[in-house]
Amino acid sequence: MITLLDLFSIAAIGVGTFFFFAGTVGLLRFPDSLTRLHALSKADNVGLGLVALGLIPRADSALSALKLIVIWALVMLSGAATSQLIGRALRRGRK
Amino acid sequence: MSLRPFLDVILASLVLGVAIFTITARDLFAAVVGYVAYGLLLAFVWIRLYAPDVALTEAAVGSGVTGVLLITAGKRLGALKDVAPDRQPGLALKLLTGVLAALVASALGAVILMLPDPPPSLAPEAAAAADGPGAGLGNPITAVLMSYRSFDTMLEKIVLILAVVGVWSVGADKAWGDAPAPLRQQKAYAPMVFLAQMLAPVGALIAIHVFWTGANAPGGAFQGGALLAAMWMLTMMARLAQPPRVDAQWLRLALVAGPAVFLISGLAGGVVAGSFFAYPQALAKPIILFIEAFMVLSIAVALPMLVAGPPSERQDQ
Repeated sequence: MITLLDLFSIAAIGVGTFFFFAGTVGLLRFPDSLTRLHALSKADNVGLGLVALGLIPRADSALSALKLIVIWALVMLSGAATSQLIGRALRRGRK
Repeated sequence: MSLRPFLDVILASLVLGVAIFTITARDLFAAVVGYVAYGLLLAFVWIRLYAPDVALTEAAVGSGVTGVLLITAGKRLGALKDVAPDRQPGLALKLLTGVLAALVASALGAVILMLPDPPPSLAPEAAAAADGPGAGLGNPITAVLMSYRSFDTMLEKIVLILAVVGVWSVGADKAWGDAPAPLRQQKAYAPMVFLAQMLAPVGALIAIHVFWTGANAPGGAFQGGALLAAMWMLTMMARLAQPPRVDAQWLRLALVAGPAVFLISGLAGGVVAGSFFAYPQALAKPIILFIEAFMVLSIAVALPMLVAGPPSERQDQ
């Protein structure tokens, strides 16, 4: 029996997986490092956010749901900061 | 039909593929990146083997801390490249290396093929011990680590201290007692500072949670300590903190605190509970958590000191 929440989970995780897929295609196909970085950060932020969102209705407790959100926030934080660091390293011309 | 065996085969081939890439990569940095990816994939393998404790350790230590260690080592080797003469090893040496490597590989393969069936295992004994003397803890892994094989666990921490002593001892005589060079030579960089300011407090909290929850659920002293270590390294990389002088008293006390408290508790167990490293049943859990708290401290201090390297005279600022 598929409930409305299950449908929501399937939809959110499916779209999230699509973002990861698109991000990976971009990572492999984009011409230079800055555009590749751009593709990767979309996959990390939006893709993981949607997957976490889809998993929230399936969490055992409110606490584990909260943990999923915290994981997403932490990945966004570190992803944004490392993107800046890689971008600066690229601008300075050292790979 | 279940999808899981299929996914497992994909995961295993990914691990093998990344391992081969890591070995064959010509570029030092690419090899390190491959090794970090290999560690993360291995963490997934451990999860699939229902060993979340090992997975946490693999992700934090095998991939995270070792990755930082290898990147720093690679940078130092890169600086040495201009000094060393560019000499290729001769054909005889190459052949000898190849033959030796093949010998080691075939010996390892032979040993694995000749394993008796069923393989010898201490698992039943350890499981029984976890129910007995290590009881009071909900997590059997922690019970085995801290009660059944407590001596090994303590010696592992002593190995960490020996490693730090080894790193410190390669510093120049003149620099002895000084602080290691800062982890990044450049000036403070705003996004890095922002990351350290935002992430370090949260990370420290998560580290304490991982240690505390290790008594009842996957987690534990090593995982928590490694996370704390990572947070300290982050603040040092952002230049919010400087590596301490290696002759600082608090640093040395923190380094030996874990094994020392462990050893003292073990000796006390000999008097109170009848044997070395035995704990009185009723107090087992608080005692184990007490020992683990100091081990977290030692690990959190030892790992960044390994990354920071030997003491050096400051000439960069």
